[in-house]
Amino acid sequence: MAAVTAGGPRAAALRLLPLAPAVLLLLAFFAGPIVWTVWASFTNAALTGAAAADTRFVGFANFARLLADPAFLDATVLTAVFLLASGVVGQTALGLVLALLARHRSAPVRGAVTVVVVGAWVVPEVVAGFVWVAFLEREGTLNALLGAVGAAPQNWLYTAPMLAVVLANVWKGTAFSMMTYAAGLAEVPTDLEEAARVDGAGRLQVLWHVVLPLLRRTLATTLLLVTLQTVQVFTLIYVMTAGGPGGRTTTLPLLMYQEALRFGDLGYGTAVALALLVVAGLFSAVYIRALRPEEVR
Amino acid sequence: MTRSVSSPSRAAASAAAHLALAVLAAAFLVPLLWLVFAAVDPRASLRARPPSGLTLDHFRAVLTPETVFVPVGNSLLLCGGAALVTVAASVLAAYPLSRYTLRFRRPFLYTVLFATGLPLTAIMVPVYSMFVQAGLLDSRFATMLFLAASSLPFGIWLTKNFLDGVPVELEEAAWVDGASAWQSLRFLVVPLLAPGMAVVGVFTLVATWGNFFVPFILLKSPDRLPAAVRVYTFFDQYGTVRYGELAAFSLVYTLPVVVLYLAVSRALGGRFALGGAMKG
Repeated sequence: MAAVTAGGPRAAALRLLPLAPAVLLLLAFFAGPIVWTVWASFTNAALTGAAAADTRFVGFANFARLLADPAFLDATVLTAVFLLASGVVGQTALGLVLALLARHRSAPVRGAVTVVVVGAWVVPEVVAGFVWVAFLEREGTLNALLGAVGAAPQNWLYTAPMLAVVLANVWKGTAFSMMTYAAGLAEVPTDLEEAARVDGAGRLQVLWHVVLPLLRRTLATTLLLVTLQTVQVFTLIYVMTAGGPGGRTTTLPLLMYQEALRFGDLGYGTAVALALLVVAGLFSAVYIRALRPEEVR
Repeated sequence: MTRSVSSPSRAAASAAAHLALAVLAAAFLVPLLWLVFAAVDPRASLRARPPSGLTLDHFRAVLTPETVFVPVGNSLLLCGGAALVTVAASVLAAYPLSRYTLRFRRPFLYTVLFATGLPLTAIMVPVYSMFVQAGLLDSRFATMLFLAASSLPFGIWLTKNFLDGVPVELEEAAWVDGASAWQSLRFLVVPLLAPGMAVVGVFTLVATWGNFFVPFILLKSPDRLPAAVRVYTFFDQYGTVRYGELAAFSLVYTLPVVVLYLAVSRALGGRFALGGAMKG
C-alpha cells in the first residue's frame, strides 16, 4: 500500500478517480431524480397546460389532496392487500413449504421441482402476464379444467381481478423465496433435529421449535426483499388488468402511472411516488440493519 | 431414502411429500404449457391443450424485421450496452472500495446497499420528467445509461464482494516491482475477476431484458422499442386474436434470457447470488 499512499493530495485524488463513472451515473440517474421527486411533490409541476409553463410551489397541497383522495386510499389498501396476499402469505408460505418438502428428497426430484418453479421466475414479467391472461380468461385453461367438474365458465380477470394478480405474482415470485429458504435449510445441522426426534418430538414440533428458529434470519431478510419487490410490481398488473376493472387492481404504482404519465399531473403522481419511496426506503433501511453485512467493515 | 423401508410411517410421509410436490409442480407448470403449445398449434387458442398439429407458421409470421428483428436488436443495444457500462463502472468503483482505506467507504457502501432496495418504479416519474426537460425522451443511448445506472448498486456490491476474494498479495508484489495501480488493475485484477464480471454482466443483461416499465416510459418511436415493449404492443393489438403468434413471439423473446440464466446458475455452481433478479 505504501507505494500508493505516498504522493500527497494529487495521488489521493487519483485513487478516487475510478469511482467517478459510477458516482456520476448514480447521481444523475438515481440521486437526482429522488431529490427532484421530493421537490416536485411540493409543486404543481405538470406536463401540459398552464402549470407546465409556470411551476409554482404549492406546499403540502399535493399531500393534502392525496390524503383526501379516495383513489389514493383505495390504492394504498389494494397495495397492502396485494403485498400481504402475494408477497408475505403466498410467496413466503409457499416458498417455505416447497423448500421443506423438497428437502431430503432425491436429487432428480429436487431438480425437477426447482426447474419448474424457477422457470416461472425466469420468464420476463410481460410474458408472465400473457401466460396468466391465457390461463384465467373466459376461454382459458382454468375454465377448461373447472368445466370438467361442471363449473360455469367465467372471466376470472373480471370476476376476481385481485385474486388473479395475486396468484400470478405468487407464481412468478415464489422461486426466490424457495431458493433462499432451501439455502437456509441446508445450513441447519441435522444432528440437532435428530436429537430432538430421539427425545420424542414430532415432525411438526421439530419444525416449529428447532428448524424455524434457526431459519429466523433467512426468513427476515427474504421477507424484506420480497416486500420491496412486491410493492413496486407494475408490469404484471398492467398487462393482466391495467388496474381495472373499475380500479379494483389499481395499486400505488399503477395509480402513479395513471396520474403522472397518462393524465400528466406530475406533482400528484410524484407525491404518490414519494409515498412509495418512503415506504420502500423504510423497509430497505430495516433490511440493511437486519442484514448487518460483514462486508461493510 | 433407505430409512423409509424400515418404517411404514416414514414411507407414508415420504409418499405424501412426493405427492404434494407433484401437485405443486403441476400447478406451476400448467399456466406455462399454453405458451409452448399455442406457439406450435395451427389452431391455437387461449386454452392450453396438446396441439392439434405441429406448425412453424406462427414463428414464420412474427420473424419479420418489424415484429422481432428490430426490437430484439434494440434490446441487444439497450441491455448489452447497459451490461457493458455496468460491468466497467462496477469494476472501476469496486477497486478503490476493496483495496484502499477510504474514510467514506462505509457510508458509500451502505448507500449503495440501500439503493439496491429502492423501487425503480417509484423513480420513473421524476426520471421521465428529467428526460423530457433534457430532451432525452426517445433516446436509446440515454435509456441505456439509465438502465446501467439502475443496475449499478447491485453491480458494485457484487463486484466488490468478488474482488475481496481476490488476494491482494499479487498486486502488492506488482507494486513493489514498480507497476502502477492502473497496470495492476488491468493486467492482474481484471483477468482474475473475469468470472465475477461475467456474472454481473449476464445478471444485468437478464434483468434489463425483462424490464418493461423503463423503456415503456422513456422510449416512444416504434422503431426504437425493445422486445419487452414490442411484445406488449403486439399483445395489445392482436392479443385476443393471434394467440399462436403471440405465444411464438413470447418464446422468441423469452428463450435467450432462460439460456443465459441457466448458464450463469451453472457457472455459480448452485451458489445463489442473483437475489432480486427480474425486476420489472
